[in-house]
Amino acid sequence: MHDAASLGIVRDGTHLAAMLPLQALKVMFRTLLQFKDTHAPVAHNGCMTSRNMAPDAPRLEGDLAVWLIILAELLAFGILFLSYAFARARDVALFNASQSTLDLHSGAINTVLLITGSWFVVRAVQAVRANASTLGARWLVAALLCGAGFVSLKVLEFSAKADAGIDLSTNTFYMFYILLTGFHFLHVIAAMVFLALLLVKTLQGAYGAEDCHALESGAAFWHMVDVLWIVLFPLVYVMR
Amino acid sequence: MKKTAPPPFPAAHCVWLILLVATGVTFWLGESGWAGRAGMAPVLLMFALAFVKALLVMLEFMKLRHAPALWRKLMLGWLVLVIAGIVLAYRVGM
Repeated sequence: MHDAASLGIVRDGTHLAAMLPLQALKVMFRTLLQFKDTHAPVAHNGCMTSRNMAPDAPRLEGDLAVWLIILAELLAFGILFLSYAFARARDVALFNASQSTLDLHSGAINTVLLITGSWFVVRAVQAVRANASTLGARWLVAALLCGAGFVSLKVLEFSAKADAGIDLSTNTFYMFYILLTGFHFLHVIAAMVFLALLLVKTLQGAYGAEDCHALESGAAFWHMVDVLWIVLFPLVYVMR
Repeated sequence: MKKTAPPPFPAAHCVWLILLVATGVTFWLGESGWAGRAGMAPVLLMFALAFVKALLVMLEFMKLRHAPALWRKLMLGWLVLVIAGIVLAYRVGM
């Protein structure tokens, strides 16, 4: 990962490379086994370790099915982002003029809310993993509040646009704006529902160091919504 | 057995701060009108920032840094393709 290495954020990235090839093969094999484990009905979906795994073997945090959904969502949004960008290239003046009516302030506040919400979810998973369910639940509530803030600002923004008589047929920019931000909005709602269900289970003490698989899956989905907004915000709101 | 790092809280904390600063810069580029200037420099800067932000969330928050290489490649590959495609579209529209 030289991208990451150049940012100085890889702390133990060298350890895989330093391993003997045979050991690397073993790790890969274990990873495959872990995927199977994930779906075995009585499998031990441990948070830190599973029976067949070394604690520091590569591991996808969360359920494989949720990660496949994440990949599908990313592809769908990717196509939308690129469609927007190339549609813009054909009519730059119209896109720039329409874009200037968007509120950069609420867009930026929404970015901060999603980023902070993501960070709270990271803290929640860490707390639950340390068997501190109550603390974890508090972080989840904090993340949900960030999500609620995002949704409120978006509802205000959408209603202001509706009041101004803007709809899907106004022009190509607004069609993309409503499709992209609306589709993303629905994903924020879905992620909040997911997280709220996990909050209930966390309060019941259902997760801990031995099992926080479901919580990790919800967290991954939540972070995906964050990643999408990180690309969407400069694309639709900022860049002229 | 290799000693694993203690809870990555400080790392997550730093990532959060970097993301906030990057968001502030993105916002300022828009507010100051810099993002509307001619040329490819603002486009490259803006989407380089978006790339770094999304990369940090993927590696550090989604824990792809510790995920099997295939998943890391799939997710980062998506990011590279989308950002490169967007930059290309801006180049075409110049």
